[in-house]
Amino acid sequence: MSTTLFIVQTLNGLQLGVLLFLIAAGLTLVFGVMDFINLAHGVQYMLGAYLAVTFYGLTGNFGYALVLALIAALLIGLLVEVLVFRHLYERDHLDQVLATFGVILFVNEGVKIVWGAAPRNLPIPDFFSGSLRLIDGLNYPIWRLCIIASGLLVAAGLWFVVTKTRIGMRIRAGATNAAMVSALGVDVRRLFTVVFGFGAMLAGFAGVMVAPILSVEPGMGDSVLILAFVVIVIGGIGSIRGAFLGALLVGLVDTLGRSFATDLFRLFLDTSAARQVGPAVASMLIYLLMALVLLLKPAGLFPAKGR
Amino acid sequence: MRKFLATAGIAGAFALAAMGAQAQSVKVGVMLTLSGPAAVLGQHARDGFQLGIKHLGGKLGGLTADIIVVDDELKPDVGVQKVQALLERDKVDIVVGVIFSNVMMAIAKPVFDANTILVSPNAGPSPLAGRGCSPWFFSTAWQNDQNHEAMGKYAQDAGYKKVVLIAPNYQAGKDSMAGFKRHFKGEIVEEIFNQVNQLDFAAEIAKIASLKPDAVFAFEPGGMGVNFVKQYAQAGLAGKIPFLSAFTVDETTLPATQDAAVGLFAGSQWAPNLENPVSKKFVADYEKDYGKVPAMYAAQGYDAALLIDAAIKAAGGKVADKAALRDAFKRASFASIRGAPFKLNTNGFPIQDVYVVKAVKRADGKFATETVAKVFTGYTDAYAKDCPLK
Repeated sequence: MSTTLFIVQTLNGLQLGVLLFLIAAGLTLVFGVMDFINLAHGVQYMLGAYLAVTFYGLTGNFGYALVLALIAALLIGLLVEVLVFRHLYERDHLDQVLATFGVILFVNEGVKIVWGAAPRNLPIPDFFSGSLRLIDGLNYPIWRLCIIASGLLVAAGLWFVVTKTRIGMRIRAGATNAAMVSALGVDVRRLFTVVFGFGAMLAGFAGVMVAPILSVEPGMGDSVLILAFVVIVIGGIGSIRGAFLGALLVGLVDTLGRSFATDLFRLFLDTSAARQVGPAVASMLIYLLMALVLLLKPAGLFPAKGR
Repeated sequence: MRKFLATAGIAGAFALAAMGAQAQSVKVGVMLTLSGPAAVLGQHARDGFQLGIKHLGGKLGGLTADIIVVDDELKPDVGVQKVQALLERDKVDIVVGVIFSNVMMAIAKPVFDANTILVSPNAGPSPLAGRGCSPWFFSTAWQNDQNHEAMGKYAQDAGYKKVVLIAPNYQAGKDSMAGFKRHFKGEIVEEIFNQVNQLDFAAEIAKIASLKPDAVFAFEPGGMGVNFVKQYAQAGLAGKIPFLSAFTVDETTLPATQDAAVGLFAGSQWAPNLENPVSKKFVADYEKDYGKVPAMYAAQGYDAALLIDAAIKAAGGKVADKAALRDAFKRASFASIRGAPFKLNTNGFPIQDVYVVKAVKRADGKFATETVAKVFTGYTDAYAKDCPLK
């Protein structure tokens, strides 16, 4: 294990973390502010990627595709909120889980009907298609650095909106005590809709950004959603800061675990045993981390104030 | 009285017509995975099978083909329920299916117990090839190890000394590595087990680059393969470290990976450029009808239709006598898309040539695989010797 390899793997972990943050940010806001469990959040991420593919096919320009996909993701998010989710805020969590799970099934099959079952492709925009030579024989694509940069920018922007603006204040107040905010004359329903649409758009943005490096296929949001839930449980529900730090932690632990667990076990096991045990432990690491956090700090590492 | 006679006559005529129709048709239940992320494999196999029937004029062995297509949803329990419905309610003469081995292991016994012929257009788990082989089972695809073994043999022949293996951490991934190692005698520098349905392979790719092997062998089916191949190319490893694969680079994933996969190798018994009239006609009509390049799953589905056709002909068009039909399958002979007369081993799996194929961008801008070299001639699987059937 060389130092450069460790640095590269850290960078990879950071990139996965930033990606998870983009998805988890919307999820934690919706969960924190509205107390609403939205399993269909991963669907927004998938739609973002598919919309980008379609708009790229129409315009041939990644920038236009990104903007159009974001607008479409926002509109779809608002539409689903009005049609389905709005009727579920008062219901208990089980009803929400059932209904949003239904939305997942519905949209996954819908995507297959519209775009087909075969995976789709979105090329990296030409301007960012280069790569940096980090270690001998390995190029680090500039696009991955773009993902990290855009995630950090979004994090900074969110921090500004949530802590420095009036709407951010309302969101924080809503996360603390929605009934009281409503009693003070804020239209909580509209606040919810704004938060929801924004969260959907963030997930769509994550989908657009990863489409060039991942396979765009039906159900691509489902596995990401589980990781996003792990992130918000570790970070603390309703907390943007928690989602950010939780996402980076999960990204780093997962990536470094996958990279070095086998080598680590090889220090005291023989090679074939290490190859068996290493990946098994690596795939458990983030869940072990979550269990540990739940044991020591049940509200998460950085809980939203007042919860 | 006259009216009564007329009515009776008409009724009789109908009854005769109905009996006639019954004797003139063969009922085939087709069970494939047609929903979920892996649906594209089932779609290729279904489209290939239906194109085969179209080429045969809507008939199988001269009998009108009555096809019932069902979706196993890639769930063994759903597969068992639906296959039982095919056997008991629809009373199918032949079952064609399935794509995935776990579903195959669940449905094989109910089909065999009903003394019904099972034609696999894809899945070929080792238990069905070895000790657990059945006289009711016939495959138009391969035993699961075939393509992994072909890649191992190719790596050995190419003189690669150090190879890194990567596969998902589940049974098929472990089988894949075992299959590769059966003919490869060089050094396995590392065996990387990634998580099933992993998205980002950056960590694994960095590790591969740091190990500097002579070649990489990957088994990453479906979306995992698309992710891995794209990221492999983006990391600049494509073209530098030879990429050998099985069920990773094919016409189901090429539309998504496109240029990233060009030049990568895979093992297969068939590729669209194979030079023989049956395959040429199949590829041309498939591309015309479905607007995409057929993958090997489509070719296997097409051959399933041809095999059933030849078997019913050999049985003299009698499908009611199941045992006679079964024996007819064994001696059925037809020109396969593989370019040679189709030959079955004692365990019901094909004896066939296996190639190393390479992804290319064709002159018309579409992506497809092309044969590079023949790795095995008259390949038989390693399990046939354990099969008690003669």
